[in-house]
Amino acid sequence: MAKGKKNSNRFILALYFLVPFIIVLLIKYSLSISDSSYQPIGDSSSTENSNSDSSDKIGNLPDTIDYIFDVKPILSDRCYLCHGPDEGTREAGLRFDTKEGAFKALASDLNKHAIVPGKPEESRLVYKITNEDLQQVMPPPSSNLTLSEYEKQVLIKWIEQGAEWKTHWSFIPPQKKAEPKIVNKDWATNSVDYFIAKRLEQESLNPSEEASKEQLIRRVYFDLTGLPPTIEDIDEFINDKDANAYEKVIDKLLASSAYGERMAAIWLDVSRYADTHGYQDDLERFMWPWRDWVISAFNRNISYDEFVKWQLAGDLLPNATPEQIVATAFNRNHKITQEGGVIDEEYRVEYVMDRANTTSKALMGLTMECARCHDHKYDPISQKEFYSFYAFFNKVGEKGRIDYGEIPEPNIKITKKEIEETLSFINLPDSIKEVKLMVMKDNAPDRKTYTLRRGQYDAPDEEVTLSTPKVILKYADSLPKNRLGLANWLFDKDNSLTARVAVNRMWQDIFGVGIVSTSEDFGNQGALPTHPELLDWLAVTFREEGWDMKKMYKRLVMSSTYKQTSKISPKLLELDPDNILLARYSRSKLTAEMIRDNALAASGLLVNKIGGPSVKPYQPPGLWAETTGGGGGSTAKYIPDTGEGLYRRSLYTFWKRTVPPPTMMTFDAPTRDFCEVKRQKTSTPLQALVMLNDPQLIEAAEHLAKNVLEDSTISRDEQVKLIFRKITSRFPTEEELNGLVQYVETVENDFETNAEGVVKTKSTSKTEYAYTLLSSLIFNLDEAIIKG
Amino acid sequence: MEELSKHFLNNNRRHFLKKVGLGIGGLAAASLLDPFSSLGANSNLNPTGLNLPHFAPKAKRVIYLFQSGGPSQLDLFDYKPLLNKMRGQDLPDSVRKGQRLTGMTSGQESFPLVGSNFKFDQYGESRAWVSSIMPYTAKVVDELCFIKSMHTEAINHDPAITFFQTGSQQPGRPSIGSWMSYGLGSLNENLPTFSVLLSRGTGRPFSQPLYSRLWGNGFLSSLHQGVQFRSGKDPVLFLKDPDGMTRMQRREMLDHISELNQKQEAEFGDPEINSRIAQYEMAYRMQTSVPDTMNVEEEPEHIIQMYGVDAMIPGTYAANCLLARRMAERDVRFIQLYHMGWDQHFDLPSQIEKQAKDIDQATAALIMDLKQRGLLEDTLVVWGGEFGRTNYSQGTLTDTNYGRDHHPKCFTMFMAGGGVKPGFTYGETDDFGYNIAKDPMHVHDLQATIMHLMGVDHTKFTHKHQGRRFRLTDVSGHVVNDILS
Repeated sequence: MAKGKKNSNRFILALYFLVPFIIVLLIKYSLSISDSSYQPIGDSSSTENSNSDSSDKIGNLPDTIDYIFDVKPILSDRCYLCHGPDEGTREAGLRFDTKEGAFKALASDLNKHAIVPGKPEESRLVYKITNEDLQQVMPPPSSNLTLSEYEKQVLIKWIEQGAEWKTHWSFIPPQKKAEPKIVNKDWATNSVDYFIAKRLEQESLNPSEEASKEQLIRRVYFDLTGLPPTIEDIDEFINDKDANAYEKVIDKLLASSAYGERMAAIWLDVSRYADTHGYQDDLERFMWPWRDWVISAFNRNISYDEFVKWQLAGDLLPNATPEQIVATAFNRNHKITQEGGVIDEEYRVEYVMDRANTTSKALMGLTMECARCHDHKYDPISQKEFYSFYAFFNKVGEKGRIDYGEIPEPNIKITKKEIEETLSFINLPDSIKEVKLMVMKDNAPDRKTYTLRRGQYDAPDEEVTLSTPKVILKYADSLPKNRLGLANWLFDKDNSLTARVAVNRMWQDIFGVGIVSTSEDFGNQGALPTHPELLDWLAVTFREEGWDMKKMYKRLVMSSTYKQTSKISPKLLELDPDNILLARYSRSKLTAEMIRDNALAASGLLVNKIGGPSVKPYQPPGLWAETTGGGGGSTAKYIPDTGEGLYRRSLYTFWKRTVPPPTMMTFDAPTRDFCEVKRQKTSTPLQALVMLNDPQLIEAAEHLAKNVLEDSTISRDEQVKLIFRKITSRFPTEEELNGLVQYVETVENDFETNAEGVVKTKSTSKTEYAYTLLSSLIFNLDEAIIKG
Repeated sequence: MEELSKHFLNNNRRHFLKKVGLGIGGLAAASLLDPFSSLGANSNLNPTGLNLPHFAPKAKRVIYLFQSGGPSQLDLFDYKPLLNKMRGQDLPDSVRKGQRLTGMTSGQESFPLVGSNFKFDQYGESRAWVSSIMPYTAKVVDELCFIKSMHTEAINHDPAITFFQTGSQQPGRPSIGSWMSYGLGSLNENLPTFSVLLSRGTGRPFSQPLYSRLWGNGFLSSLHQGVQFRSGKDPVLFLKDPDGMTRMQRREMLDHISELNQKQEAEFGDPEINSRIAQYEMAYRMQTSVPDTMNVEEEPEHIIQMYGVDAMIPGTYAANCLLARRMAERDVRFIQLYHMGWDQHFDLPSQIEKQAKDIDQATAALIMDLKQRGLLEDTLVVWGGEFGRTNYSQGTLTDTNYGRDHHPKCFTMFMAGGGVKPGFTYGETDDFGYNIAKDPMHVHDLQATIMHLMGVDHTKFTHKHQGRRFRLTDVSGHVVNDILS
């Protein structure tokens, strides 16, 4: 391009930017005269409507504009609503979600094009987005969407550079590339590290030093088992000078039954598992045998493809075993109503929707539910395709409204005999003879599926046949048109999503945040992968290794990336506050389950027993009783267990959907109303109140105090150290120790001198009392509820 | 993917991090100052950048008196003498127009019309109709703005109440109080922004349950979760220190926790630790501020008399109304009451009389109490249930007894205070009390109007979740300007 031309282009561009700017300034000025205390109405309300950032100056534009990275997120978020996949609301016949649509002549004027590669001044898109006329400008003010100056420049520069078009990354099957070449080879333990190091070297950043052994063993124990290491575990590891000491720990953990419990706890969120039906009176259901299967499946390391196939279509496998049928209970975990007066079909449709949504979100990372009422606004999924997918789950002979006490059809009866013969993973107590489990069965094979106008159960439109969204992968004619065909389609090697979504979630389990941070959305509105080649490498490797989950988890926790310290240098905090580049390990809050389990384990109260009916630990009295309508039967009033039911791991806590366990909710567990693949991570005062005052934690503190005091041969310092180590997995520093010992003495003193105010509880001696408070204090430290 | 990857490598880190980043660090740092409001727009750091309110609000806070179960508008406010005249005659098809019925009455052979057993009169300067079972409310009608033309889409309790609270019939969206907490933030850093009080009616004490998701935060941060205030020694869960612990001891423990946490912060440099320290301080303050709020003992006798004797019985609607006023005084942003027991399918006359007695005096007292303190000006009070009830009898109609099924097509609510017209009635139903004759107001319209009164444009206040921008009013809703003062 000749210099002069470029300069004149620049001049035009400068005008594009300056004119609206001046206008905005004028408007602001005039409004500020009339009323300065409130934002002008015309001002964009939510920055989520525009990613505008005043720090983004023209000079910060990337040298080369990339369609996927820079352009499509803007088009998708600001333009697709009216110029996207949804035909029903498409304006002016113009669409930007396909190459053909974006480049074709405008319907209104065949001489004009929205995008003319290389020529922003001829592109109507540029004319529209830079227009100062409120009747003309795009996006229109009525949409409440705006483009920031930076975003306009990105689009203009992209067109200027030739408007190169690419397919959305997650719809292209993953390719396995060789590990990149790096300088710091000594640092790397396995392939993961090469991809991470490459990016760090690019930024001239160094990985952090390795975490202390104490830190590392606590981290990996929580990640692989959800429980803290015992003092013996820690000491053994510290004293093991073998080069493969760490690997030995990992192998031990992967072989422990606690591994299955930890992984099951994650899968229960995905599967919206609960012990009640979830609507209105919210009666009890009995799905726990399926939960026991999940634990067992993880512990036996059933490959991910079988794990998923059985859950989706175990009943349709040739000569399906009882176990494979039990696995299909996965898709019966949705809510079911018994509310008198509801219209049966309305709710039956909801259940089918739930199965379709769960399957797409959990296994494909797609928000298909957006296409329930109309074509998807952002992803290339038509409403018809949604209902074709929905059709896979629409053959179940089930009721929309069940009666009180009814176990919904279809179900299977599981007896002691069957458990002895084939279903040994089900932990049926002696007091129960048999249990009925809801499962999947296509016992309404003739039911036809229609698209539903506006997603309404009573507005069937066009008949559809079973199929999958074609943009991902064509549904081969050879596949049976049922859930088994769907399962096979998911695991076709050309399916671009299944493996990526799976390894991404495994990464999230271990590193806290996925390589794609929106683990629920791999579509146009989702985040981009931070390490795309690593994601693909992991995805293909996972498949090549036979979908071996333990092997994959082992790879992640063996990596040098994982073993880094979580200390944040001021430099890293400034350069990469969100730790996207992984130049350190990210500290993260323990899950709700881990926080309680840590207290139970540290105090010695934990009852380590696998499976069986859900249990009812302490809960503040009245929470169920004050909201019940009286019709809940066993769920009308919460009656806590006595004995070991109080001390089981938290994944066994009875889950009443309409009033979930309160402390779990306070610590960000989802409600289990529907599939969730990611939990929030908040920090609230209510969490502090739980940690300070929950009777379960107070009891744990008391128990721990008594335990430690039992050994009268060790000194006070040693006792305090022991309590500290049991809870935090590390030795206190000398300064910390001194402070804590001093605290114990103060409390003892209080106890003696101020016996009036300080009422003696169950603890009788002043030392027991003081140690109880000490334990409570340590339970409340940040590091006690952190995986660092 | 190769190209995508190459592109990352070709771009500077700042650019990369910004585009792919999550902003966790930013939020963490921001939650330091004001734990309950830090993710709300009013906090100093305003990390969500919501720029709310959009315009000057008329109401700073809301007291929402939810009447759970579906109060019969025909026996309380919507006077229909025609139904008394036509008592026992079948509902004409020309009136029903194929409206879908719940499974409870769709099988009924006939739909005998029934007028109210209770006497109606007109009150106040506004001449509003009120039935004899709401005598106290009748005295304050000139403060009230009645909406006779509410309508909803749901015909059963769970979806209908979920719709009112979250804008969607199916669970999963944030409650209106959570939206307000998120958008407008806290006015009092020592109390939860969104507070919830439950009571059980005497009309039909065990009929319809409540669900904690009704005050749930949905996909918003759990900072915006409604916090239940309960009667008893632990008004907020786990508020009370263990038996025998003094405040001094609690303070001492917290000081040690804080000190040790600061050491961790110095070592690990994680700003989240500072946030945790702040949360503990807030918890400590709540341990004082919540019991202070709950301490109705300090109310003078004449105020207790005003709300009625029930006001001294913890957990009653009257007690909760008094607490609502105390919370409003302390600038709690969104105060949500639920009173259960309005589901009169059978034995309606005897049940609703008790149910009305539960709430009549205290509701009226709350409004007048707010008024005498100058709080009614900027506090919006909302009264109503999830739907209305049918003009025909469910079950057998006798001379003295009848029942009514759910009716979504018209029902009555009222509002008072912050920005609504006092002594005003909006909307009309037909003579059968079955259809809306004039000025319909949909649930989303009500939500839009409440938000408008709080200074929020409901079409602009969105939260992006799973790629989509959600709002309380979903894709519809209009502000009803006619009721604004």
